Amino acid sequence: MRKIGADIFVDALVKEGVEYIFGIPGAVIIPLFDKLLDSPVKLVLTRHEQGAGHAADGYARASGKVGVCIATSGPGATNLVTAIATANFDSVPIVAITGQVRTPLIGNDAFQEADMTGITRTITKHNFLVKDVCDLPRVLKEAFHIARTGRPGPVLVDLPMDVSLGQCDLDYPDTVNLPGYKPNYKGNDRQIKLAAEAINASKRPVLYVGGGVIISESAPEVFELATKASIPVTTTLLGLGAFPETHPLALKMLGMHGTAYANYAVTESDLVIAVGARFDDRVTGRLDAFAPEAKVIHIDIDPTSISKNIRVDIPVVGDAKGSLQALLPLVRQATHPEWLEKIDNWKKQHPLVYKPCGLKPQYVVEQIYEATKGEAVITTEVGQNQMWAAQWFKYSRPRQFISSGGLGTMGFGLPAAIGAQFARPDAVVFDIAGDGSIQMNIQELATAVKYKLPVNIAILNNGFLGMVRQWQELFYRKRYSGTILGDANPDFVKVAEAYGADGIRVTTRDEVRPAIERAIASPRPVILDFAVESEENVFPMVPAGEAINKMMGGMA
Amino acid sequence: MRHVISVTVENKPGVLAHISSLFAARGYSIDSLAVGETEDPATSRMTIVTHGDDQIIEQITKQLRKLISTLKVQDLGETEFIERDLVIVKVNAATGKRGEIIEIAQIFRGNIIDVGQKDLVVELSGQENKIQAFIDLLRPYGIKELARTGSIAMARGAK
Amino acid sequence: MKHVISVTVENKPGVLAHISSLFAARGYGIDSLAVGETEDPATSRMTIVTHGDDQIIEQITKQLRKLISTLKVQDLGETEYIERDLVLVKVNVASGKRGEILEIAQIFRGNIVDVGLKDLVVELSGHESKILAFIELLKPYGIKELVRTGSIAMARGAK
Repeated sequence: MRKIGADIFVDALVKEGVEYIFGIPGAVIIPLFDKLLDSPVKLVLTRHEQGAGHAADGYARASGKVGVCIATSGPGATNLVTAIATANFDSVPIVAITGQVRTPLIGNDAFQEADMTGITRTITKHNFLVKDVCDLPRVLKEAFHIARTGRPGPVLVDLPMDVSLGQCDLDYPDTVNLPGYKPNYKGNDRQIKLAAEAINASKRPVLYVGGGVIISESAPEVFELATKASIPVTTTLLGLGAFPETHPLALKMLGMHGTAYANYAVTESDLVIAVGARFDDRVTGRLDAFAPEAKVIHIDIDPTSISKNIRVDIPVVGDAKGSLQALLPLVRQATHPEWLEKIDNWKKQHPLVYKPCGLKPQYVVEQIYEATKGEAVITTEVGQNQMWAAQWFKYSRPRQFISSGGLGTMGFGLPAAIGAQFARPDAVVFDIAGDGSIQMNIQELATAVKYKLPVNIAILNNGFLGMVRQWQELFYRKRYSGTILGDANPDFVKVAEAYGADGIRVTTRDEVRPAIERAIASPRPVILDFAVESEENVFPMVPAGEAINKMMGGMA
Repeated sequence: MRHVISVTVENKPGVLAHISSLFAARGYSIDSLAVGETEDPATSRMTIVTHGDDQIIEQITKQLRKLISTLKVQDLGETEFIERDLVIVKVNAATGKRGEIIEIAQIFRGNIIDVGQKDLVVELSGQENKIQAFIDLLRPYGIKELARTGSIAMARGAK
Repeated sequence: MKHVISVTVENKPGVLAHISSLFAARGYGIDSLAVGETEDPATSRMTIVTHGDDQIIEQITKQLRKLISTLKVQDLGETEYIERDLVLVKVNVASGKRGEILEIAQIFRGNIVDVGLKDLVVELSGHESKILAFIELLKPYGIKELVRTGSIAMARGAK
């Protein structure tokens, strides 16, 4: 049988084990959609390409597999850009397929033409423009390989229509040949030995754990290291779930909105062991005041992350899992009673707090935790909702918390929840949202309704772009420029009902728990519209550029 | 500090764009760049002259190594190396001045490669500082046009 | 058909990325590219060797001119021009072969710029065809390393 490019494409999806492809058709990708109809790969039709990209991302983060999304040339493809950049920043393996105008038209300003390889050059791990159908099997193989290996990331494949229609009989290859791409999985033995010596000599060690631990499935190794040598563990936003927050050694999140005790512990530590984290500015605050007394061990698969912001004393370039496995036998058991007692005192003196009056957003998040017994998959939007979701739910498993960390993309949570629900059909999924963020991709409610996904959307509705409002309150004398939404927000209950979902409005504290129970019990998507206190702030807070032990607010 | 970085890449469309976009997107400077095929038509070799402190140079080499299409990245600042730059200069040669210019070219072991009625074109290869000195000496006569390749470089001795 | 395009640009970060992305985005190939400062430190001159039919070359020069940072774009295919490329070759020297290699270098007027126990580094400048012929002659001895600047070029005679 003569194969055309579209057959090769579908064949590749099947060979790569792709279950779902998220996207929207358009002129130049009709051949691909035509072949998808007869394939075992299930198409998920979203309502906006950005939604397709984030859904593929949410699917990938929840499952650990490669997410796949597809869009047509021009505007369809450019609508994917934010989703691709989001995945790139957070090292999420997705393959984005974009249609392109016919090869002879490329560069001629053809209808719906956009230079996708140029546009995405700096926001993809790699990208390809396929100009010959016989290159397609190799390119797709390489795309999946590059996306999922090493430090994962998005790969874009731009596919002109004549390539999709062109004939070639090459089979899908079994191997890749990429001489310039050899991710380093094994940390250097000598460096690992140095790291072990530093850990054994340390009196005040802290593990600082990021998303790399979740990506590399090395949460069990982190747990073993922490418990063996009695090392308290703080995580980044993307590291939430890498270490159980119910454990006595857990310090929860550090940084700008981290716990006081995590920030104090890092500041007074004599050894910071960073694993799969990249010393983001939201984590470190003022660089010269970050862990001033500490040696730094940094285990990361991406050499460009090492010594980028912080000078590292003992770099270990390699996969977190393999490096930790090599490290563990060299680490001696330890107890650090004085250090742990000091930390316990900080925990007692400076817990996370809020005033228990009125309908507080923190209370809503706590109740979602209680009602789901801590088992829910949580996605978030970006802003105050994201920080409260990070602070007030106790995460205990990897892939349980799904959020746009690096890029900070509002509108991420709902489509990501859809993708996560496809990956984990039996899980209870909550998108913890704000009234601003949810409106950035609210059309994806139609996708949830169409595919009968019981996702729950908890809108912490304060009538503001709340995080910006908080900064304006604290640093701009309450001059609320462009942050007021409440005067023109829609009725979210009616919006839900108009889409065929359930809508529940909650205005008092007592209604919170029953409403959450009702949402969990519903087989349909549900919007929970929580009319929370409008000018509540996220505390503690390290002002931008300040040292992380210089926190304001929220201290009991 | 000035650094010369040699990058062996796959000879494919878009690779130069990728590398130069990386420099641009991350704000690293390129003082000169020369790229040509090697003995193997499937690979090209780029010589990039850049500057920055040790941390920046370290990041540049790491970022370059990270690219899928790079085969080898060598910071020649770490070794002894041979460096050559090539310039062709079209210089004003008013009557009476022609002899002087030819003399300067000879001292530098440059070649006269074109002779016009009012100008001369001189070719010179050598280290960057030699090229710079040559250009400075010609400047008073009036430089009409000048093209430089930028440096290429190679580590000395055994690889 | 081979074309040599000379582009004078503002010496600013990102300009090279912009130009090379333009080539990549539109699927134009770059055979070689050399970029260095000119006599005026505010401008750089790129020499790009590319290939394509007349229509493509015309599109390329138009697109290059359209960029905000290009100051001058010259398709040298339209005039008589001088072209120079520079190569450094590290070639194997088996015992008894040193004399032969030195002779080849002399015939081409190349310079020996480094002498190792088992290799020589030869520098040669000239037209691309001369460089290619030189490389071909050295190949049988074993080329260990080779780096080229890519061509630079300049129109002959009066501007």
